[in-house]
Amino acid sequence: MSSRTTIRAILKREWGAYFNSPIAYVFMVIFLVMAGFFPFAVSGLFEGGQATLRPFFFWHPWLYLILVPAVAMRLWSEERRSGTIELLLTIGVTPTQAVVAKFMAAWLFMMLTLALTFPVVLTLIYLGNPDLGVAFTGYLGSLLLAGAYLSVGLLTSAMTRNQVVSFILAVLVGLFLLLAGFPPVTELLSRWAPEWLVAVVAGFSFMPHFETMQRGILDLRDVVYFLSVIGFMLCATHEVLKSKAAEG
Amino acid sequence: MITVTALKKNFGARTAVNQVSFEVEKGTVLGFLGPNGAGKTTTIRMIAGFLMPTEGSVTVLGHDVQADPVSAQRQIGYMPERTPLYEDMTVEGFLRFIAEVRGYRGAERTERADQAIRACMLDSVRHQVIDTLSKGYRQRTCLAQAILHDPPVLLLDEPTEGLDPNQKQVVREMIARMASEKVIIISTHVLEEVEAICNRVIIISNGSVVADGTPAALKQRSKHYNEVHLSLGSASGPAVKALSALDEVQRVEVVAERDTTCELRITPKQQAPVIAAVLKAVASHGWPVTNLKVDGGRLEEVFRQITRTEDAA
Ligand SMILES: Nc1ncnc2c1ncn2[C@@H]1O[C@H](COP(=O)(O)OP(=O)(O)O)[C@@H](O)[C@H]1O
Ligand SMILES: [Mg+2]
Repeated sequence: MSSRTTIRAILKREWGAYFNSPIAYVFMVIFLVMAGFFPFAVSGLFEGGQATLRPFFFWHPWLYLILVPAVAMRLWSEERRSGTIELLLTIGVTPTQAVVAKFMAAWLFMMLTLALTFPVVLTLIYLGNPDLGVAFTGYLGSLLLAGAYLSVGLLTSAMTRNQVVSFILAVLVGLFLLLAGFPPVTELLSRWAPEWLVAVVAGFSFMPHFETMQRGILDLRDVVYFLSVIGFMLCATHEVLKSKAAEG
Repeated sequence: MITVTALKKNFGARTAVNQVSFEVEKGTVLGFLGPNGAGKTTTIRMIAGFLMPTEGSVTVLGHDVQADPVSAQRQIGYMPERTPLYEDMTVEGFLRFIAEVRGYRGAERTERADQAIRACMLDSVRHQVIDTLSKGYRQRTCLAQAILHDPPVLLLDEPTEGLDPNQKQVVREMIARMASEKVIIISTHVLEEVEAICNRVIIISNGSVVADGTPAALKQRSKHYNEVHLSLGSASGPAVKALSALDEVQRVEVVAERDTTCELRITPKQQAPVIAAVLKAVASHGWPVTNLKVDGGRLEEVFRQITRTEDAA
């Protein structure tokens, strides 16, 4: 019974659970509608005469801010509320395996949702001549960003059995990580704070890393940044689960 | 097979389990008895590797549950008190998931799930979503999950709670069938259940073990143990007098009396057997006996006696 097969078994169950629950479909539909609607209505995709996906990706951090916590809030809260966590963690599954499997299933689900936005790319190809390299790094950045939000939501979900509390905490942490490097905020901040402080705070933020990838630049440091955030949050989730087992 | 050593669990300032120690060998069906809140579930959760003890240790077939929970859990089938199940899955889907996590692949995985379904008589609901199951089927699905990998150790936390008498009987028969090759620990507060299926009883009260023995041995601690109930087709007077005079007899009470019949309760000294002396007296006096019964002791009374004095302490 290797770790990999255990993770796969749980991942498959989680994946199935998405399609048994309305929240997954709601997430998918809202994301697809919003991700398609905002660029056209607000940012004027296609209007600038440029075939670029930037207006499309521009909205993703804001959509994820609300939608990802809505998906993540039940991941551990629900197991704790219904008591299935007692089942899961007494059938030979380590907390690490359970955390990784739950994260992967949710991330794959978001990957599927993101993949379903392909008509946007097709439309651009039809209308003009978009840079597919930029499209690729854009998608990669969006996926990593979704993973980072998700890992935050997984942590807050492990912290409480109350899904509403979990949701609110995840949105707040997400908002901080988002705004700390959002240009209007950093500009405001740099009026009175020293340059280095602004840089440190912004360094924690999703935004600059997401931005570079939107410009078509694939910098290893950005990828490492997102993966570190995810790794950190998953480790923290693991610790929270373990301390709950010690406390009861 | 299971060794529990000086187990202790604190929840904040409250001690839920305190210095619990016992060993259980193969072939034992251990009834874990105690009033609500005594610490039964907390103890079982620590054996199952779900809760970490504050102090003490548990080993299951040589595996230290704290140091290596996964190895211990492979030897354990655990049915939690709340019978938690993944509500959105079908019975079959759920058991196949459990089989997969337990390490079975392909045909063996399907076979394991099918076996568990058969053993727990779940055929009629195998395609039903768990959400829609009645209490009895939920309970049995959770039991099926626990026995699926045929573990040498079964931990069942109130497995028959909330079932009707027929369903209780079914579950008890299943347990009895598995008893000889396994260690089974059953937490319960149903005393008839303990008498029916357990060959050892541990009574726990306020987090501590207050009694440990066979059901028969515990029953001997009952203050009614070896009392003789004697019904006669005559007036009580002469019999009470003669019986009270016996060396072995502590006291004779008249429980009921009508013109020509009476019912006596004969309490022996120190709960020693008194039936032989009573029979001898009956024979020598030629009393018209209509009924005779020796009290084997009552577990319920022992349980109340032990746990009440503990509560008062
Ligand atoms: N997770 C927990 N947090 C705090 N107290 C708990 C927790 N679990 C159990 N307790 C307390 O520990 C005591 C023992 O509970 P439990 O083991 O469930 O008893 P039993 O199963 O014998 O009814 C009770 O007083 C209960 O309130
Ligand atoms: Mg209990």
